[in-house]
Amino acid sequence: MTAQDVLDLSAAQTARTIADRGASAADVVTASLARVAANAALNAFVTVASEADVRVAADVAPQGILHGVPVAVKDNIATTTLSTSCGSRILAGWVSPYEATAVSKLRAAGAVIIGKTNMDEFAMGSSTENSAFGPTRNPLDHSRVPGGSSGGSAAAVASGACRIAYGSETGGSVRQPAAFCGIVGVKPTYGRVSRFGLVAFASSLDHIGVFGRSVDDAAVGLQVIAGHDPQDATAVDVPVGDYRAAAGRPLTGLVVGVPTEYYPASLDAKIRAKCDRAIDVLRQLGAEIRTVSLPHTDLAIPVYYILAPAEASSNLARFDGVRYGPRAAADDLSDMYERTRSEGFGPEVTRRIILGTYVLSQGHYDAYYLKAMLVRERITQDFANVFASGVHVLFTPTTPSPAFTFGARSDPLDMYLSDIFTATANLAGVPAMSQPIGLVDGMPVGGQLLAAHFREADMFCAAYALEHALGPEALA
Amino acid sequence: MSTAMETDVTAGFEMVVGLEVHVQLKTQTKAFCGCSTNFGAPPNQNTCPVCLALPGALPVLNARAVELALRVALGFGFTVNARSIFARKNYFYPDLPKGYQISQHDTPIAEHGRLDIGLLINGEPRVIGITRAHMEEDAGKSIHDRYESATAVDLNRSGVPLVEIVSEPEMRSPEEAGAYLRTLKQILLYLDISDCNMEEGSLRVDANVSARPFGQVRLGTKCEVKNMNSFSGVERALAAEFRRQCGVLVAGGSVQQQTLLWDGAKGEIRPARSKEGSSDYRYFPEPDLPPLLISDAELARVRETLPELPAARRARYAAMKLSEYDVQELTADPATGPFFEAVLALHADAKSVANWVNGEVRAVVNERDTAWDAMSLEPARLAALIDLVRDGVVSSSAAKKIFAQLLVSTDTPRAIAERDGLVQVRDDNALAGWVDEVLAEHPVEAARYAAGEKKLVGLLVGLVMKKSQGRADPKLVNQLLSSRATG
Amino acid sequence: MAVSDADVLHVAALARLAMPADRVPALVRELNGILDHMAVLETVDVTSVGDDARTAMPRRDDIVGSVPLARPLAQFAPSPRDGFLLVPRLSTHSQLGATEGDE
Ligand SMILES: [Zn+2]
Repeated sequence: MTAQDVLDLSAAQTARTIADRGASAADVVTASLARVAANAALNAFVTVASEADVRVAADVAPQGILHGVPVAVKDNIATTTLSTSCGSRILAGWVSPYEATAVSKLRAAGAVIIGKTNMDEFAMGSSTENSAFGPTRNPLDHSRVPGGSSGGSAAAVASGACRIAYGSETGGSVRQPAAFCGIVGVKPTYGRVSRFGLVAFASSLDHIGVFGRSVDDAAVGLQVIAGHDPQDATAVDVPVGDYRAAAGRPLTGLVVGVPTEYYPASLDAKIRAKCDRAIDVLRQLGAEIRTVSLPHTDLAIPVYYILAPAEASSNLARFDGVRYGPRAAADDLSDMYERTRSEGFGPEVTRRIILGTYVLSQGHYDAYYLKAMLVRERITQDFANVFASGVHVLFTPTTPSPAFTFGARSDPLDMYLSDIFTATANLAGVPAMSQPIGLVDGMPVGGQLLAAHFREADMFCAAYALEHALGPEALA
Repeated sequence: MSTAMETDVTAGFEMVVGLEVHVQLKTQTKAFCGCSTNFGAPPNQNTCPVCLALPGALPVLNARAVELALRVALGFGFTVNARSIFARKNYFYPDLPKGYQISQHDTPIAEHGRLDIGLLINGEPRVIGITRAHMEEDAGKSIHDRYESATAVDLNRSGVPLVEIVSEPEMRSPEEAGAYLRTLKQILLYLDISDCNMEEGSLRVDANVSARPFGQVRLGTKCEVKNMNSFSGVERALAAEFRRQCGVLVAGGSVQQQTLLWDGAKGEIRPARSKEGSSDYRYFPEPDLPPLLISDAELARVRETLPELPAARRARYAAMKLSEYDVQELTADPATGPFFEAVLALHADAKSVANWVNGEVRAVVNERDTAWDAMSLEPARLAALIDLVRDGVVSSSAAKKIFAQLLVSTDTPRAIAERDGLVQVRDDNALAGWVDEVLAEHPVEAARYAAGEKKLVGLLVGLVMKKSQGRADPKLVNQLLSSRATG
Repeated sequence: MAVSDADVLHVAALARLAMPADRVPALVRELNGILDHMAVLETVDVTSVGDDARTAMPRRDDIVGSVPLARPLAQFAPSPRDGFLLVPRLSTHSQLGATEGDE
């Protein structure tokens, strides 16, 4: 088997093949770099590791469950060997002097990082058009966006450069690009994966997530980074389940909730049809389908676009030119701050800092921030009620539309509304994932599964079964 | 300066003072990272991804800082909030790496404390309300005078844990503010939670002061005065700021709310530099830190470790019939008491032990600037020395010589007394011999004394003591001379 | 509660962002559009919402040991000198020499 062939095996099979000496880890990661190079037009990567470096890394990689498996990592997750520029001029060329916990776990599992992937600046966007390093293209149609903000990681997996890539989510930044690129994207429970080393956008909503070519790739990818971390006070000390154990398990007894709020009358009929078919398949597999309600769903976007910018305005204050990053020349401290930050941040980041500062400022805090926090509790309670009623997972469309073309969402509010089905899970902290459920007009559509806190295994159980039942049809 | 004029300006006005005291907690590591808090390290040596606010770094709270904050809460009778919330206080400054300070805002760890400041007003003890005590992190240091046109930033202090204790605006004079601060510091030292060193910055005081005509209920506009580096500096700064505000009011103006800096060298206050745009701190709950939960069980555990506080110790000592002065001296700092009691356990006379501890021993401690427990003086040896005085083996003045030797020698007090010939001579024959000799050598005085001039006894005792080279027991000499006068 | 030009300028100053006059109108329009969308929150009854039941705060032992830096501060800071980080002085206190930098 050639190294190129090995790349097309699942991540788990790749590691096994390397362990069985069916291929050398160094050759596999070299083949991966070749695919990155062949797809350079996608602009999926901000930084690509050198062949010499990945070969060395592959040679010394521990024999874990990702032994020799090439992976891509979003450019906002700290690595000491490659840049962590967050798609921003203000961190251009920044190489972190410490590493994210998730990255350390990846390395310990034997994975080899082939590069850092492109993203909307500081993860603020849903299209990867807002990168200081140019937009990323959708591998399935170069005139369309790959989704965002983790568009680079999604494109890396969808283009076959690697089976697993890591991204981050604040309002759907893994699930939405997974849906747009026809791959699997998982956002675990808040607190399941350490955020230590994930450059903060909105701390209470940020998650590290994983892309997989298949459900199994995503399950393995999550398995290796999940767990408690004493460096993150919000990482929860709950035992990590075996996500792959759900593969092949029958769905008998599984209760799938279908929340009406995610199927509004305005929903694209073709997307609705794909969802209906997926629900039918789940029913045929033995799951009980129940119509449920999450009444505060339509408040998610207003809540999200108050809380996320508010936290961002504070999280991005550290980019001040004092300790790291570029500093604009100035004789006066105030000028130095303003020039460094204004030259460093792009328009969307500036807009959100202004919005976030406004909603926190004197006289506006109660009406916006405080109110949004309280409504957030309502949204969280909606999920708690549904899961307490015996529902195991929820099934919804991931996005209201397939991948759109470049520039199609020029009004910020239009862009914000594309997170409408995904932001709820970030607000409530529940795990959620997207997987391909078919094509609409030649572009993939994602179906979303959500589960109760720390019940990722329930979600994977349904996902494995659905993937198996839909087969290649999902992408045809 | 005209005293008369000053009196005129402030006459009819009442001073209203509230104090904010920042106390650096005595921890090994910073509040939210494992960096050392040691003082005097090279600049920026004690830093890490967290306290440098590198992208992606996260805070994790120091358990010891919570424990010390709880001690503060219990020490001042605060109500502890079972659930307190950390918040971000947002402002830009080069020594604030994250662009926000992690503090507590709406829900601090402790509220509603009170402090008896040891003054009586109209016979009533003066008790000042303490609004709250909250946990927060310190900023780094900005040094403006080291380099030409540049500010140098050192982040070693960035993230060091603090407790801020905020009083109600209930003090009415610089003296009350001074008493509040001294009492507060004494208790903090007893609680062993901070060095409370104002010069090193481990205790910092900001004062809010306003003036209003006597009888007016509404508070005047307050100004904040910072940069005092001693309690007396606080008192002087308050007086100066009060005078300034009264002057403005008397002239028909109105006081503008502002922040002022005290210049201790010049004895002046001046406006702080403006920090444009920094007044709106945009507090919101710190999303990187879940709520801090304090259970009753934890509180009970901390309460058990709480040391005896000054008031309780003072009461105990007062019950030993010690003078007010002795009690105050013995309880002024937390370490004197244990030493005093260790000696007292071996020599039961509290008064004489107090005399020694407040006298000779304290002088040595002060002179050597040493800690009581670090001093090379075992309580047992001091007790033995006091026994010698009580038993008349040595005189008080000899005892002082022996005491000096105790600090440099390992011999027992008695051995030192014998070695140095300081044991009092109480042998009647020897004493009588000296008395006879003195009377013989001073016939005039002897005659007058014999004739009833009793006041000469002091002179004669002194001469005997001199003749004996200080070894004679003066009490016995006195008795002997008395018997000669009558006999 | 419509956002005004003055609001945007005030908020930009708080956030230390330069705000050229020609950018203000567009931002005001965008913010008002976004905040109009938030207005729906005013209609939500949140009276019975209690404290959120997130997990309790973990605490760290007070033992020296922090995440090490792979490269020292002086290698990545924009203006290191003698171990310090240098920044331009605030013009409003160029004549001050004191070291009372903190709030
Ligand atoms: Zn640190």
